[in-house]
Amino acid sequence: MIPLSGDIDNAKGIVKENLGSFETKRGTSTLKRGFAHMLKNGVVMDVTTVEQAQIAEDAGAVAVMVLDKLPADVRKAGGVARTASIRIIEEIMDSTTIPVMAKCRIGHVYEAKVLDATDVDMIDESEVLTPADEFHHIWKWDFTTPFVNGARNLGEALRRIEEGVAMIRTKGEPGTGNVAEAVIHIKNVNTELRRLKSIYDAGDDQDLVSLARELKVSYSLVEETASLGRLPVVNFAAGGISTPADAAYLMTLGCDGIFVGSGIFKSDDAKERAQAVVLATTFWEDPGKVKEAQKMVDERQSMLGLDTKNLELRMQERGSTA
Amino acid sequence: MKGVNIGILAVQGDVAENISATRMAMDDLGIEGVVTEVKNPEQISDLDGLIIPGGESIVIGTLSLVNGSLKKIKEKIASGMPVLGTCAGMILLSKKVKDRVVGETEQPLLDYLDIKIERNTFGRQKNSFEADISLEKIGIPSFRGVFIRAPSVVDAGKNVEILSKIDEKIVAVKQGNIIGTSFHPELTEDLSIHKYFVNLVQKKN
Repeated sequence: MIPLSGDIDNAKGIVKENLGSFETKRGTSTLKRGFAHMLKNGVVMDVTTVEQAQIAEDAGAVAVMVLDKLPADVRKAGGVARTASIRIIEEIMDSTTIPVMAKCRIGHVYEAKVLDATDVDMIDESEVLTPADEFHHIWKWDFTTPFVNGARNLGEALRRIEEGVAMIRTKGEPGTGNVAEAVIHIKNVNTELRRLKSIYDAGDDQDLVSLARELKVSYSLVEETASLGRLPVVNFAAGGISTPADAAYLMTLGCDGIFVGSGIFKSDDAKERAQAVVLATTFWEDPGKVKEAQKMVDERQSMLGLDTKNLELRMQERGSTA
Repeated sequence: MKGVNIGILAVQGDVAENISATRMAMDDLGIEGVVTEVKNPEQISDLDGLIIPGGESIVIGTLSLVNGSLKKIKEKIASGMPVLGTCAGMILLSKKVKDRVVGETEQPLLDYLDIKIERNTFGRQKNSFEADISLEKIGIPSFRGVFIRAPSVVDAGKNVEILSKIDEKIVAVKQGNIIGTSFHPELTEDLSIHKYFVNLVQKKN
């Protein structure tokens, strides 16, 4: 059984139809959130070509995320970053057996509709691309395809869940090869969840109402989340993960799994690194095995990375007030 | 009498949901024992029953091969240990696998259930669905099937008992003490399938 907190049962994304003599429903929260549960303890890898997708699948990725450019290259190129070429997404879908995800711009309802019509397995409404609407995210209940969104704190996460997202990931600071921001974001969410739970356990309804106002989400979702003591959807780490030890560290902070963006295919040992990050994510509780994974990569081949203090572009701030 | 020790293969996938469903099933039945996450061969040797959860079958298979768990599970199956495989778990238990789009896949398998699997048989995630199905043969007349990028059984040997079909596609099978389902009983509130499995482990014990 999985938590269905905040679920609405008359969502437009739910499709009723018959399969032979069986009545079926598609696009329910059980199916959308359930899909995300199947990815737990796994690694989702950013890819831009069929060849990279093949390397990811062979290395043991649980899914691939198709982009036009890796986040580090988006940062370098500047300009407007949009959803990837549909032809490349389809080529990757036709050649891999694992799920294929793709990114759309924040608030860009029609890029999302195009990806939904392409039948990608999950849509990432992502701050890595240039936002189309700084003030509204997509109303994800309207879609049959599940979504993932980034969040830096509990408020952002719950607001996205209220919009119908099936999975949350930390934003981190994409394309930097620097895990520091992802660490802050996951700790923020954990600290705020502990605070929420302590208010709930103390039975202080007045404080719980104040907290709902502060987080800008409905009281009922805050209350249900408090009773669970965790987010009602799976929560992955993303943004700046470059080494097996980075992945294992984020797993110790209570993440359900890992997204690796530029860290693998901007390194010079992508194949070994992809395998090593998967091993470290699976066996994160065993420092000996993580050491073996870390030994598979060469630090001189890691992407150089950036200090997150002096960045011109802070992708994580995109769409964060909405 | 010692209680049963049921393990959930905790390499990747929806492990936590299977742990809670199995615990609740044991509590409801009043069967004593423990439910443990298992990742390595030593932990698997102590088990009376094993559940292989949903997830990505290639990932679970490859990583279980790397640390020797796959071999240990094979030995335990040969000695009669009951196993329940849901979705990816059923794929791993099978002898042969192809993907609906990509074709034959080379992936590590437990090579026990005499079935051929078609992965992603109903299509991609958008075509994932819920429907009421029936497993009359094991005393479960109605069950909410949650099918997520689900596989189906396209060929079954004569030792394989077919437990359920949807639209002519085989979605649950049993061979000896090994059960495979295309769908995810751990994602619903209905504990019938987990209870059936726990009973099977208890009897065998």
